[in-house]
Amino acid sequence: MSGWPILSAVTLLPLIGALFILVIRGEDEIALRNMRWTALFTTAFTFILSLILWSNFDPAAPGFQFQERYGWFGLMSYHLGVDGLGLPFVLLTAFLMPGVILASWHVDKRVKEYMIAFLVLETLMIGVFVSLDLVLFYLFFEGGLIPMFLIIGIWGGPNRIYATFKFFLYTLAGSVFMLLAIMAIYWQTGTTDIAQLLAKPSAIPAGMQTWLWLAFFASFAVKMPMWPVHTWLPDAHVEAPTAGSVVLAAILLKMGGYGFLRFSLPMFPLASEMFAPFVFVLSVVAIVYTSLVALAQEDIKKLIAYSSVAHMGFVTMGIFAMNKQGLDGAMFQMISHGLVSGALFLGVGVIYDRLHTRQIAAYGGLVHRMPMYAFIFMLFTMANVGLPGTSGFIGEFLSLTGAFLSNTWVAFFATTGVILSAAYALWLYRRVFFGPLEKETLKSITDMTWREASILLPLAILTILFGIQPALVTDIFNHSVNALLGQVQAGLDMAASVQQAVAQ
Amino acid sequence: MHNDLFFAARPEIALGLMALALLMIGVFRKDKSADLINSLSLLALGVAAFMVIFMSGEGKVSAFNGAFVTDGLARVMKALALFASALAIIMSVHFMKWEKMERFEYPVLIVLATLGMMTMISAAGLIALYLGLELQALALYVLAAMNRDSTRSAEAGLKYFVLGALSSGLLLYGASLVYGFAGTVSFAGIATAIKGGMHVGVTIGLVFILAGLAFKISSVPFHMWTPDVYEGAPTPVTAFFAAAPKIAAMAVIIRVLYEAFPAASDQWRQVLIFMSIASMALGAFAGIAQQNIKRLMAYSSIGHMGYVLIGLAAGGQMGLRGAIIYLVIYLVMTAGVFACIIAMRRDGRAIETIEDFSGLARHNKGLAFALAMLMFSLAGIPPLAGFFAKYFVLLAAIKAGMLTLAIIGVLASVVSAVYYLRIVKVMYFDEPRDAVSPMPMELKLIIALATIFVLGFAAWPGPVVTLAQSAIVAFL
Repeated sequence: MSGWPILSAVTLLPLIGALFILVIRGEDEIALRNMRWTALFTTAFTFILSLILWSNFDPAAPGFQFQERYGWFGLMSYHLGVDGLGLPFVLLTAFLMPGVILASWHVDKRVKEYMIAFLVLETLMIGVFVSLDLVLFYLFFEGGLIPMFLIIGIWGGPNRIYATFKFFLYTLAGSVFMLLAIMAIYWQTGTTDIAQLLAKPSAIPAGMQTWLWLAFFASFAVKMPMWPVHTWLPDAHVEAPTAGSVVLAAILLKMGGYGFLRFSLPMFPLASEMFAPFVFVLSVVAIVYTSLVALAQEDIKKLIAYSSVAHMGFVTMGIFAMNKQGLDGAMFQMISHGLVSGALFLGVGVIYDRLHTRQIAAYGGLVHRMPMYAFIFMLFTMANVGLPGTSGFIGEFLSLTGAFLSNTWVAFFATTGVILSAAYALWLYRRVFFGPLEKETLKSITDMTWREASILLPLAILTILFGIQPALVTDIFNHSVNALLGQVQAGLDMAASVQQAVAQ
Repeated sequence: MHNDLFFAARPEIALGLMALALLMIGVFRKDKSADLINSLSLLALGVAAFMVIFMSGEGKVSAFNGAFVTDGLARVMKALALFASALAIIMSVHFMKWEKMERFEYPVLIVLATLGMMTMISAAGLIALYLGLELQALALYVLAAMNRDSTRSAEAGLKYFVLGALSSGLLLYGASLVYGFAGTVSFAGIATAIKGGMHVGVTIGLVFILAGLAFKISSVPFHMWTPDVYEGAPTPVTAFFAAAPKIAAMAVIIRVLYEAFPAASDQWRQVLIFMSIASMALGAFAGIAQQNIKRLMAYSSIGHMGYVLIGLAAGGQMGLRGAIIYLVIYLVMTAGVFACIIAMRRDGRAIETIEDFSGLARHNKGLAFALAMLMFSLAGIPPLAGFFAKYFVLLAAIKAGMLTLAIIGVLASVVSAVYYLRIVKVMYFDEPRDAVSPMPMELKLIIALATIFVLGFAAWPGPVVTLAQSAIVAFL
């Protein structure tokens, strides 16, 4: 493999940037500027490193690449590595973070802590997608709670304390069961190394799989979030500062989906098959119910938050269809949703910074004063709805196809969600952008600045590009998805043959 | 090996002599001697620690005809107890000046209590155990009532004394039952006597002994004294109560259960599981409503002792090692938190209610950050040290098949996160008040080292794990 530990570098670089910011003294303008630029440079370098990682990545090679491994406590290991399932999320995280920092340029309340919190968060997020040891994964997965707790709690809206406690406790309560499951896996198999666990599909007996699956599910379902444990998300989104919402929607939610793909499916294939109908029901309820709830929202961010829950419903549905189309769709939907929901929250941030309200009723007719903004927001609205030609379409289409192959009724009900999403998204757009520009407060509103445009433009380009040329993304994870399906099948076959042997 | 009369007990003998000498110096030099005695006490503890580590022989050495034993567990736990005692003296230096209660008795009493703890830890029989326990307890009763002018402190001392005497009575009664039925007071003798089956009298005796020891680690249902004593005692004394005696009592519990009553493990395991669950649950729920940080730390310590008991109940290499790792991490975390509490003063008065922390992060960034990290660590959030503490005991519980215990453990940790987070919330999210007064160097140092420990433990866990491993070697 490559000679230098590039994965550790990508993971730890933001942390080093945070240490640099820590030593910057003073609260005058120059110090604040230095902090902002340090944060921006760090995230930009991380992004460049992640691109180098991508260019050296061989999508066709089996297994994990760029592996690094050191013993740890004698029980576990510091084991890093990526495959096609993890790399897209590493790239997504590294790509979004410079934009997140740029979008926070005007934050002037406790800048130092702010930048440090986001850089630490970046390290922890990337760590989740590259760790190849269950305990290490848990460390990163849970560690992210600390900076996010502070981000929502310090820089959030009026009801931030309720929101951040809810976020923290919900996620923690879900995750502790996963911790116990990790321990049970350790005593069953003698290792917590993910690569070793994936290598032997029969490692975990059928009777145990059910319980372990449920324990992991508790954690990922909350993180995802799936109906009915999604209620922390709208609160957290509404109260979080713009950048916090972006990170939450674009990356933190994906950890749940990534967890299902990385652990639940290949390690507990029997339980996954058994619980698939259960997940389908929850997904369909999420898609239909939260879309309807989104229709009734009066707060723009809350509406997008509910729409996120609905879109994550497509992801879980695609994952548990357990076929090629479904998994491809789920992966693509997660990447696409990362770009689109991130962009939508950034977009809301643009007008929130001007008017300091997120109430839909406070807006109307923005298109007259902000044509450029209206255009870009229209693009992302369309991508959110899943219009062909945008990345949103590919993900929804593939996951619906996967569901259709697995269960027609699920696909039927889920498809109504597509219509509903068009309803709430377009209605939102009409209320905010169209109609006469009557409100006094809006008369002097200005269009996007170069800074805001430069954040949204790359997202817009990628949204279109991935919509037209999805192979750019699917090529990365294609082989890994095939390998995953192979593992699931091998696990199921093994169990079937055991059963046959018992029957004879 | 050296099994001569005194060899194994040389550190205790030396510490005892030094304590008496300190007392003399104090008495003859009167009130001006507090600083001198503080320094000399630290020196005495250091000498004792040096002797424990380097001059107490190799492997298992016994003294006083087998009533006293020095082994891996004894060396590690004694070193920890000495360390915790030294911290309690260091933390008190400025506090006592501020509160105008500088007295040379304080360090001397701490040294005597430590001597008691060391005797407890090394006890190889019920008599030595009781001697050590009482020496420790008597010194602690006086320490709790150190602040003679404060009714709260006096109340704390009296309450501790009455309940402590009761628990000593329970322990003695249990010991007499065990002696009556087993015919011996030495742990090894008891183990042989009950190998072929246990009379119900021994079981009752064991339960009484456990009840007496549970009082010392403030485990439910013998925890009632903890919040009041923690709140009433002067803060450095509380810091001392929260760490050193618990380490000693845990070592004694390990010794009694695994050396004297290994044959009765089915019986005592149930008791431990009950105490563990009850402590974790009470520590988690009762802490939520607390307004006083010292009371909150009392419930926190009750909860943490519940987790250590998970390790003891699970047993085996994983369980015991986990319990000792837990104790080491707990010791550092509580030392850090209490150093923060002592350091926080405004207008010459100590800050003890949580509301007074509000907005601390605005004016005292370093202090607030340290306390926040310690709180997250106490809550067991990865990647901080407190997470690994819980990880190892829970891992042992899962191995031993105690799934219910593990589930209750993690759920209690979620509930207790509420009050740890509340402190972070008050410091970081609420409106700032005035800055706290500047703090002395030694407190800064303790806080900084504790914070570095909880942050860096994940990166370099080696020393603590090796330490714990060397402590349990004798029990495998």
